[in-house]
Amino acid sequence: MKLIFEKSVPGRHCDLLPKCDVDPVELPEGFRRETVPALPELSEVDLARHYTELNHRVHGVNCGFYPLGSCTMKYNPRIDEDMAALPGFTGVHPLAGEKHTAGCREVLDTAAKYLCEITGMEGMTFQPAAGAHGEFTGVLLIKQYHASRGDTKRRKIIVPDSAHGTNPATAAMCGYEVVNIPSAPDGCVDLEALKAVLGEDTAGLMLTNPNTVGLFDENILEITRLVHEAGGLCYYDGANLNAVMGVVRPGDMGFDCIHMNLHKTFATPHGGGGPGACAVGCKAFLKEFLPHSALMDEPGHLQVRAFAGNFLVVVRALTYLLTLGREGIPEAAKNAVLNANYLMRRIQGSFEPAFDRICMHEFVLDLSEYKKETGVSALNVAKSLIDYGMHPPTMYFPMIVHEALMLEPTETESKETLDWAAEIFRELYELGKKDPDFMHNAPHQAQIARPDEVRAARQPVLRWQKG
Amino acid sequence: MNYPVELQYSRDHEWLRMEDGIAVIGISDFAQSELGDVVFVNLPEVGDDTTAGEPFGDVESVKAVSDLVCPVTGTVCEINEELLDAPEKLNEDPYGTWIIKVENVTDTEDLLTAEQYEAECTH
Repeated sequence: MKLIFEKSVPGRHCDLLPKCDVDPVELPEGFRRETVPALPELSEVDLARHYTELNHRVHGVNCGFYPLGSCTMKYNPRIDEDMAALPGFTGVHPLAGEKHTAGCREVLDTAAKYLCEITGMEGMTFQPAAGAHGEFTGVLLIKQYHASRGDTKRRKIIVPDSAHGTNPATAAMCGYEVVNIPSAPDGCVDLEALKAVLGEDTAGLMLTNPNTVGLFDENILEITRLVHEAGGLCYYDGANLNAVMGVVRPGDMGFDCIHMNLHKTFATPHGGGGPGACAVGCKAFLKEFLPHSALMDEPGHLQVRAFAGNFLVVVRALTYLLTLGREGIPEAAKNAVLNANYLMRRIQGSFEPAFDRICMHEFVLDLSEYKKETGVSALNVAKSLIDYGMHPPTMYFPMIVHEALMLEPTETESKETLDWAAEIFRELYELGKKDPDFMHNAPHQAQIARPDEVRAARQPVLRWQKG
Repeated sequence: MNYPVELQYSRDHEWLRMEDGIAVIGISDFAQSELGDVVFVNLPEVGDDTTAGEPFGDVESVKAVSDLVCPVTGTVCEINEELLDAPEKLNEDPYGTWIIKVENVTDTEDLLTAEQYEAECTH
């Protein structure tokens, strides 16, 4: 299909913006651009058809099952969108003054209160734009804490090798040396490996629990105790909070600060490039280091983004929290875990789980034996699923499992959908044995079957240019 | 999978060949096959010091970014600049494509023979 720029016809237009009802102001000389921007010119019907055509070519949670492990692709209730579309929220300006922003402040304060209760934290900011930005903010809290005590010898952040790639990247961005520790065979923290690297130079530990293979680390209290004993702080990566929200609190596990991907766990459509939003929470002794929530250039205060962050995502998160309530939040977490275990056991016997034990909200299939036997890889199975109208699971992650397929069904899928999905996995298992070539060439129905990822990575074309 | 007997190997999947006191270093056939198509190679600069067992650069494939771990302590005396434009050489000819050369070698990791390395990779 053509890009919107290629559909542009000079002089064609539509009136989607209201007429300007204030006097126009000329920009000062230095701020004006010198060339006219190459914006596409289309009529409203062209525009509607363009986006409808795009809509037909993508697969979202609204289209079908989307078990993309580690991404929590749950269905996001419409009411969250309705609340975020209220004109009182969409029309507000951050400099409008207290009288006009009191309602918005109440949203932020109420969301902070509930999220503190869920995580066992005592302070919260919504300033970071999304997950990795939140990690950056959280680790800066740790850094400021050590600096405030004159403890300058703490240069190292410990990250298990099963962590999300953003963890070591965050620690490095904050100026720390990253110490990777190997995981135990089950992906949990190897206590001996942890003890071996802890010391006077330990600034902190970054951890996800449940971890990246979907297992709850049973040694968590011992892990955080050891880090604290060495004088370090514990950072909780909230990537997998969906499995435990309202059931067990990171604060009670011994973590000092945490980030939550609001768009992921608390229901904003995600995966399309944003906006996301991140809440960073901390224990009381770190509160003084949190970013100021509203004003720019507060001296001595951390500022990671303008004003209160991506406010409308917080509105969605608060709506989600209020709709589910104190009973619904833990129920969602428990159903996420139940669904993952149910799907894992229904698939087992064909493709085998990498860890044969009760999982949390997601699980990993290990196809390395299957690939040896049939020549059909995790990639081939993932590609084949597209023909069934299912989004493929996450592939080749975590890296500690070879030929990994990682499935996270989420709590919003019904038993019927899970049964259907399990049947397809079992069907593909048999098909790969009989007709591996068919799977090597899958998908057979998709608009785009196998894009040239290698060329895309080696010679990326990131910007449309007038031909 | 190919494991040339004239090379030595590290557990991190680098190969090493000594040429007149200079260590020539690349990645093994097993490494390139596990990585998949390599799309970018991050190299050190000539004159940088390397430490045995520590990263000297990284390779990015369509699957992941992985550290390149140096099997020797010394000083980088040459880098294979061709890889910056043609990282696919690591996939096409892993043993014919060296990544860096290191001089003033003062320390070497415990390395494996081809036979030992093959056993590591296939166990």
